[in-house]
Amino acid sequence: MSSSHTSTISSVAAPSRRNTELAMLVFAVLIPVFAYVNVGLAKEDTVPAGVLGYAAGLGCLAAVAHLVVRKFAPYSDPLLLPIATLLNGLGLVLIWRLDQEPSLTTPALGGPMAPGQLMWSAVGVGLFVVVLLFLKDHRVLQRYTYISMAAALILLIMPMVPGLGANVNGARIWIRIPGLGSLQPGEFAKIVIAVFFAGYLMVKRDALALASRRFMGLYLPRGRDLGPILVIWGLSLMILVFETDLGTSLLFFGLFVIMLYVATERTSWIVFGLLLSALGAVSVASFNSHIGDRVDNWLNPLARSPVNDGVTETAQAMYSFGSGGLFGSGLGQGFSRLIGGIATKSDYILATVGEELGLTGLMAIVVLYGLLIERGMRTALAARDPFGKLLAVGLSGAFALQCFVVAGGVTALIPLTGMTMPFLAQGGSSVIANWALIAILLRISDTARRPAPAPAPSPDAEMTQVVRT
Amino acid sequence: MNKPLRRVAVFCGLLVIALLVRVNWIQFVEADELRNHEDNRRVAIERYAHPRGNIIVGDKAITGSAETSGSDFRYKRTYKDGPLWAPVTGYASQAFGANQLEALNDGILTGNDDRLFFNRTIDMITGKDKKGGNVVTTLDANVQKAAFEGLGDRKGAVAAIDPETGAILGLASSPSYDPSSFAGNSDKDSENWVALNKDKDKPMLNRALRETYPPGSTFKVVTAAAALESGEYDMDEPTGAPETYKLPLSTNTLGNEVKNVCEDATLREALQWSCNSVYAMISDKVGNEGMIEMSEKFGFGNSELDTPVRAAESIYPEMDRPQNAMGGIGQASNRATPLQMAMVASAVANDGELMKPYMVEKLVAPNLNDIEVTQPQTLSEPLSGENAQKMQQMMETVVNEGTGSNARIDGATVGGKTGTAQHGIDNRDLPYAWFISYAKDPDSDKQIAVAVVVEDASANRDDISGGGVAAPIAKSVMEAGLGR
Repeated sequence: MSSSHTSTISSVAAPSRRNTELAMLVFAVLIPVFAYVNVGLAKEDTVPAGVLGYAAGLGCLAAVAHLVVRKFAPYSDPLLLPIATLLNGLGLVLIWRLDQEPSLTTPALGGPMAPGQLMWSAVGVGLFVVVLLFLKDHRVLQRYTYISMAAALILLIMPMVPGLGANVNGARIWIRIPGLGSLQPGEFAKIVIAVFFAGYLMVKRDALALASRRFMGLYLPRGRDLGPILVIWGLSLMILVFETDLGTSLLFFGLFVIMLYVATERTSWIVFGLLLSALGAVSVASFNSHIGDRVDNWLNPLARSPVNDGVTETAQAMYSFGSGGLFGSGLGQGFSRLIGGIATKSDYILATVGEELGLTGLMAIVVLYGLLIERGMRTALAARDPFGKLLAVGLSGAFALQCFVVAGGVTALIPLTGMTMPFLAQGGSSVIANWALIAILLRISDTARRPAPAPAPSPDAEMTQVVRT
Repeated sequence: MNKPLRRVAVFCGLLVIALLVRVNWIQFVEADELRNHEDNRRVAIERYAHPRGNIIVGDKAITGSAETSGSDFRYKRTYKDGPLWAPVTGYASQAFGANQLEALNDGILTGNDDRLFFNRTIDMITGKDKKGGNVVTTLDANVQKAAFEGLGDRKGAVAAIDPETGAILGLASSPSYDPSSFAGNSDKDSENWVALNKDKDKPMLNRALRETYPPGSTFKVVTAAAALESGEYDMDEPTGAPETYKLPLSTNTLGNEVKNVCEDATLREALQWSCNSVYAMISDKVGNEGMIEMSEKFGFGNSELDTPVRAAESIYPEMDRPQNAMGGIGQASNRATPLQMAMVASAVANDGELMKPYMVEKLVAPNLNDIEVTQPQTLSEPLSGENAQKMQQMMETVVNEGTGSNARIDGATVGGKTGTAQHGIDNRDLPYAWFISYAKDPDSDKQIAVAVVVEDASANRDDISGGGVAAPIAKSVMEAGLGR
């Protein structure tokens, strides 16, 4: 593929591709609507009554988002919005489908989740619109580097504040806001911290890359440049220990290492990162029983629970995947309710995908995530300013790590961590934050692909003009 | 910055590929193992999601399916005359699994068997609910009823075989149980299950197939066959045995139930009056090796006798000389299942050819096409045809003029052998009453071989004999088998 249109400055307008986006959005709305009808037919043998409302709701969200993009970010990447819409729509269908299982929809578990999720999706698209409207240029965010750092720290520490934080399922990653419900500040921290890293690294990249001593073949940076990195490492360890949230700490640390590597172009950072994270992971896994259990579960996914000799959630998820096989049982015809507990609609939603849509459906979803991530990477490549590059790679890298950690955990590729699958899983904070993330990526790609203003007519040009006879 | 950026992009691509490989691994490579894992509740849900196929006797189903509510499982198994048929069907319970025919033919009954693939596909295309196939048994309802009612309240078992084919006609065990009582998964089902498992009379034990007893004097048929096959003895020649036999290498002596007929008796007379002294002597003369060889030809020592429900192994073990002499009259460590002793009678009746016993005539698809039809098989030939006919004459003498007179049926040829097996330390426990026999109807050409065992048959041990307690049961079973 030629990159000349997207990564070099040219006054020739690249095709805006807004109509491509619109065509794909039609699919992104129709597929979940058909899925919704499919669930209704499978469960009740009738077309579900809510289908019109659902189609209208999803269609409206997609239409509003598209019009705002068309007007305010006309040159942005045409794939990001349709993929996010499709994933969000499918997530809504899957949650609604799981709401149909009485054992998963008891009042103790919070009742039906789909209406709330649709509302949060609307809020998410609202935030998406706000970002595109008010963030005319992503470079503005550079001004808020240190404010972002403070905000990220506050967001991360919030769940540990007594009275505000809530312990759910052994992980302390939630805060309760009276009247509004629970919020996962980590999801927002992900974006804010990427802004901080991008701003900080853009300033410090030369110092980090060049002002260093060689030691055993590696470039060791000066202590004052290394400081913030060690702080982040310590912070991610603290998240791990106090909030017992392996996923979030892995996410932040991985995010920082990736951005540092891109900023400095020094492989030694990767080596440092791997060493530090291995050190942290091993020491915490051996001291913390919650994490230790998860590692045991990962090593023996089918073993029965040592506590009550019951089938563990990990094993139940494995059975879901196995029973799904190549083509799945069909939407609404699986037994994801057997996974039980409160995480069926959030952490374990991929197990429902695997069982009911089969290997084919699950691969399609994974590929959609892969596409979204690589479009984000492409946005970073296309961005013309280092801040934009770093921010884009940070956001899409965080997205990629999150997808990998959740999907890898549910499929027992890596130990399970409590995070939500972006867009697909039930969870208000997650869907809102990810819509904002998509909006920022769209803004960066719009700036990257926007044609440079036509050069002002130079008076000299007149004089050197070849005179034709 | 673009070079490390590209590398990060490649790295993220690798993460996605790792996920794709992983989901392929669990959903394709490991899928079957996970799908059929014993902890995967979907297996049980699927098993009871559709009406199960039936087990059929004659033209009638002895099982059924009833719709239930309030659990994952939609249908539960029902049984008609549960206690009567339990030794044949086994059970299929939502909560406690399945055994015997229900378990062995689960694939056919649920419709999941590969051989039903075509049926399943057609049903799927035409939108019909999935159906299971049927298991057609060889059993005869009249024989089964006669056997079960004959046993009545007494503990014991009956096995009846068609000698010509090996088809099992009756398989009764008493006391019995109703598999319907724990087919669901309610608290009541659970209580019934626990109670049945705790019952000291072991109602869930299939005594006809799965319990071994000392065969007592009925084993003398095998010893007599060994004598004839050895060529050293003939049916009507004196054996030279004493009235009281002193066991070899021992000071113990062995007397006879009927006095003054056993000294120097012929094989026929010795069988007629069940002479211990004669058959203990023959067993000693044939030797332990010879006795093992002969009993194995009749089916002893076969640990894989599948009908298809596997029968317990009957054993005539290696023993020292005095023990071997006792083994020849069905005592010592000699153990046999009722099915095994019915096989002995059937081999004699079938002119020396032992057919492999079986109880599934055929498996049929939901559309009634045959999937698998069992062909009769020869298991072995323990006796030459000539010697088998001599054995028949001897066993007929037992019924017509000896201890087995209670089994006589007018107009039919009946051969039999009584048995009373001592058991318990110093024979303190009540003995087992045995009777093995066969009957042939010269008019209809029907045949049947039967073994009956009654545990603790009566309080008065002196009166106990196979002829008194077990032979009348065998008689009614044979009459049912001959259609009388």
